Amino acid sequence: MTAISAIPPGLPLVLGALLLPLFGLRIRAALVLGLPLLTLALVWQIPDGVSLRLPFLEYELEPVSGDRLSRLFGTVFAIMAFAGGLFALNRARTLELVAALISAGSAVGVTFAGDLITLVAFWELLALSSTVLVWSAMTDQSYPAGMRYLVIHLLGGVILMVGVIGHIADTGSVTFTIMALDSPSHWLMLAGFLLNAGAPPLSAWLPDAYPEASPTGMVFLSAFTTKTAVYVLLRGFPGADILIFIGLYMIFYGIVYALLENDMRRILAYSIVNQVGFMICGIGIGTELSMNGAAAHAFAHIIYKALLLMSAGSVLYMTGKRKCTELGGLFRSMPLTTACGIIGALSISAFPLTSGFISKSMISQAAADETMAMAWFLLTAGSAGVFLHAGIKFPWLIFFQKDSGLRPPDPPLNMRLAMILCAFICIAIGIWPAPLYAILPFPVDYVPYTRAHVIEMLQLLLFSGLAFFIMLPYMKRTLTITLDWDWFYRWLGPRAINRLTQLLSRWHTHRRTDFLRHMGHLFGTLFLYHGPRGILARTWATGSMVLWVVILLGVYLVAYYF
Amino acid sequence: MKQHWLVRPGTIRLLWVMFLFVLALTILASLFTEVHGWFRIDGSFAFYAWYGFLTCIGMVIVAKLLGRLLHRKDSYYDRD
Repeated sequence: MTAISAIPPGLPLVLGALLLPLFGLRIRAALVLGLPLLTLALVWQIPDGVSLRLPFLEYELEPVSGDRLSRLFGTVFAIMAFAGGLFALNRARTLELVAALISAGSAVGVTFAGDLITLVAFWELLALSSTVLVWSAMTDQSYPAGMRYLVIHLLGGVILMVGVIGHIADTGSVTFTIMALDSPSHWLMLAGFLLNAGAPPLSAWLPDAYPEASPTGMVFLSAFTTKTAVYVLLRGFPGADILIFIGLYMIFYGIVYALLENDMRRILAYSIVNQVGFMICGIGIGTELSMNGAAAHAFAHIIYKALLLMSAGSVLYMTGKRKCTELGGLFRSMPLTTACGIIGALSISAFPLTSGFISKSMISQAAADETMAMAWFLLTAGSAGVFLHAGIKFPWLIFFQKDSGLRPPDPPLNMRLAMILCAFICIAIGIWPAPLYAILPFPVDYVPYTRAHVIEMLQLLLFSGLAFFIMLPYMKRTLTITLDWDWFYRWLGPRAINRLTQLLSRWHTHRRTDFLRHMGHLFGTLFLYHGPRGILARTWATGSMVLWVVILLGVYLVAYYF
Repeated sequence: MKQHWLVRPGTIRLLWVMFLFVLALTILASLFTEVHGWFRIDGSFAFYAWYGFLTCIGMVIVAKLLGRLLHRKDSYYDRD
């Protein structure tokens, strides 16, 4: 164990981020680009096993514990922080950059946490920094959206924490390792993890909050929270059957909602849920091939989703518009953004020669190997649907379709460079998958480029494309949103509580009036007899007093006599 | 305003012809490729073509129907 390998690799990002406000533009730029590279270097210094132990209460924490899976996710998080930083440089608020680097650092922190206490700490830091990232857009919508995001994630954090405490009480161990779904605490931990992955029913936080972040902020947001959840599920619950069903649900939820959506970045937000669905399904299948597929897909997804969001972010940054109904025909004046958007769209669709092709197909291949017919058919339909909702719909509606009359130029240099970098990685992985395959958790014995596979994928995607253009007249964009599970806490909940408050207050008013009326009677009667002019409180003359005494004594005498 | 060459009707027609030609090519190519179905039906002729096409149509229809049920004005939540 060397001293360098004992540095938690997320720490430079988290601490360095706090320095950003202290410096001017140049040093800030150097930090934003340099810290992720430093983290990347640290990630590859960490050997297998635990390199740092810290005593805490009666437990021993393992803040730095590495293996192939940790390094894979640490690597892509660091690359993502760099690319996102390059994209946001000089464009984003300092607050946003601070929040972005802290969330990147906490995501890396989670991937190297060997124990559950460290994991929960970084998990919560990720939730808090992501909330600030949403807020840092500083629009009227971003504050309530960030608040809803925070409430849901604090709830998820509490569920996870209860699970962790139960697990520690059951087993006496804080080590984060594979868990079976055999106790309530493990179910709670699974629920806490899944909430961050955007699993049903609480998945609406993602398309609700992310699109309210700034054009640069959503690029960061898309990468860390959901993929950290994929990482912990890979490590904690591989082969849990329920994940297959949850994953399949997420795939089709993402497609259908994205098809109905009008906001370009919300389309991409739904497609995050869709893509994470593929990964969760792969984790649920639980073979070495499917786990490799899920991990590789997470890696590829982070880059191409960032690329897609960068191209959408560029459009938003240059035009200030985000609704498909207001956009269109931008290819004329934004050729680079269009090209990069298309490369991202092809990658997410798993087109041959792009990164999605060499990663996603491992998951469906694993389903076939395990003869999971239903999963395989649905995964294949899902792959076709990805092309439908993200592969064609996104670039078509933004850059082609009707001419919106907008003629914004391509975005500034740093944004263009960031897009070129991501587009390069997408294609490089697609053409030359060997380096990615070499760092996957298990040895890879999978050949993506067979003639049959390429032809099958081309058929699937191109005929989905045909379906898209045939159905285009039926997919007219409207100025609408689509109700989701969040309707329950955004519409029904507040109204139910309002109604209840009204009823209670009406009942209260009613009771109060009744009570006051009764009291009024009571006091009236008392006043009548005991008031200043009441018969019992009147001042009586001494003579009448004497008369009454005489009468009483007389009655007494008569009574005594008999 | 002069139309961009990409959106002229002639170009669009040409693109459609090329697209259909490529579609035909992929179908043709499956004649010369060994099909290895895992679940029988996926070994049928040009399975991926018709399966992709039909499931996509299906998904659009489902989305459309669900939209009728779940679509609201985009200012739906704003008055809260």
